[in-house]
Amino acid sequence: MGMTMAEKIIAAAAGVASVKPGDIHTVELDRLMSNDGTTHLTIDMYNKLKNPRIADVNKLVWIVDHNVPCDSVKTAASHKKMRDFAKEHGIQFYEGEGVCHQVMMERHVTSGELIFGADSHTCAYGAVGAFGTGVGCTDYLYAMVTGKSWLLVPETLKFNLTGKLNDGVYARDFILSIIGMIGANGANYMAMEFGGEGLKTLNMSDRICICNLCVEAGAKTALMEVDEITLDYLKAHGREPKHSFKSDEDAVFAKVYDIDLSTIKPIVAKPHFVDSVADAKECAGTKIDEAFLGSCNNGRIEDLRVGAAIIRGKKVHPLVRFLVVPASAEVYRQALAEGIIDTFMEAGAIVMNPNCSVCWGSCQGVIGEGETLISTGTRNFKGRAGHKDSFVYLASAATVTASAVKGEIATADMV
Amino acid sequence: MDKFTGKIWVLGDDIDTDIIIPTEYLALKTVQDMAPYAFSPLRPELAGQIKEGDMIVAGKNFGCGSSREQAPEIIKALGIKCVIAKSFARIFFRNSINNGLLLIENDRLRDNVNEGDEITVTINESIEHHGNQYPITSLPQNLVDIINAGGLVKAMRKLNGLD
Repeated sequence: MGMTMAEKIIAAAAGVASVKPGDIHTVELDRLMSNDGTTHLTIDMYNKLKNPRIADVNKLVWIVDHNVPCDSVKTAASHKKMRDFAKEHGIQFYEGEGVCHQVMMERHVTSGELIFGADSHTCAYGAVGAFGTGVGCTDYLYAMVTGKSWLLVPETLKFNLTGKLNDGVYARDFILSIIGMIGANGANYMAMEFGGEGLKTLNMSDRICICNLCVEAGAKTALMEVDEITLDYLKAHGREPKHSFKSDEDAVFAKVYDIDLSTIKPIVAKPHFVDSVADAKECAGTKIDEAFLGSCNNGRIEDLRVGAAIIRGKKVHPLVRFLVVPASAEVYRQALAEGIIDTFMEAGAIVMNPNCSVCWGSCQGVIGEGETLISTGTRNFKGRAGHKDSFVYLASAATVTASAVKGEIATADMV
Repeated sequence: MDKFTGKIWVLGDDIDTDIIIPTEYLALKTVQDMAPYAFSPLRPELAGQIKEGDMIVAGKNFGCGSSREQAPEIIKALGIKCVIAKSFARIFFRNSINNGLLLIENDRLRDNVNEGDEITVTINESIEHHGNQYPITSLPQNLVDIINAGGLVKAMRKLNGLD
């Protein structure tokens, strides 16, 4: 019987010829990413171990991205703990370079790897055909000390893509549509695999956006077939694939969906659930107080270009704060070189340093009681962006920027 | 902990990790400091009402969202004996086991109970409520061992003869 991509990666990492869904395997991990959300907890636990050791320090990447720069003395202490520990043990460490998943994509991840990240959106790495999955700090600690962990082999939902997205429709609209269709736990414990001719119309930025959000359908990981776009991306970033797995013709999928990309429309996810999706035009006219263009989901140069093209020569609505946060330093400098940062600033946007920002509702741009945010961030849970009685809509870079101009939810063709 | 009885608190579907512990409280020093804010976006008074040995009964996709491990730690710190839900999000599931918090999947109980009711849980067998039995599936023994030890780190210490 054939195997899926997820099964092949686990089999390789477990050193066995084949695996099937439901099997539990001990796997060797290729890479272990952790950020300032929980690394201080991992260090506390590590220091309590009787014989603490790191199995292979070269596998560890630590990234400060959730609260950059520090917003409080407590956060400063937590960062210091992480910084000092990384230095003492020679752990690859980034601070201020960008949101962890974007930094990982730009500098580390390659096809066929099995990666644990102490962050739920680690599934983003599937964009280059790597099995990335989010874990808590205890699982992280165990993997850090032993180099291994256990994995239950997931079933796979397969999405066969055909056609291409229409002008004005983006990868974000596609993945929100999928999450709306299968529900917030529609892929719980499962892998989501994307392939087909339609995939070839999606660039690497689109692919990261799609894989990144799959955890919002409960997915354990997301995976995309390795093709020329993947290989070009890796080459441009100086890397080679570890494996270029494809699912076998006779692989068994829990369910197969055929999706024609040309049927996708601009979508928003309404408060307070990512699967609470609606046609963006149905929500048009909803007043907003703040707009956010950024995050590991939609803060890449391609997203900033989309936003800049919409806002060029226009102004941010006087009653709206428009936060623009490039996902990495590399993205920021590219945006500077292209004049995009100027465009946003001329329009009255607040341009900020690369970090997670209001997407996780901590150090920047939190919203107050009764306020509404439209965001390219990852989640719209109740209270996610600030006060418990506030509201978050999720949408594409285009819809977010158009809404910032209009002062209410709007699609790009409405401004 | 093979069999226990307790009072239940009833919650809905998709109780996410930002509800269990909002981001703004994650900077507090210990989970004990954070515990009073558990579930505060949804029910600010709930954390103060929960007593040692109580249980939570919820709908589908409990614990969806972030990988923040403080979520199961706080539920445990409140004294919650176990969470029974129609389904659990996977990262939360692993984090709970690793922290010694018992989770039980049951898709029928939630719609047949009221808050404040008493239930009796017999591990790996059934839940009893008002004379009705709800069978539950067994957890693999290795996971039960981790929960009984109080979490993965403690289980490993025990396994390695350190405790």
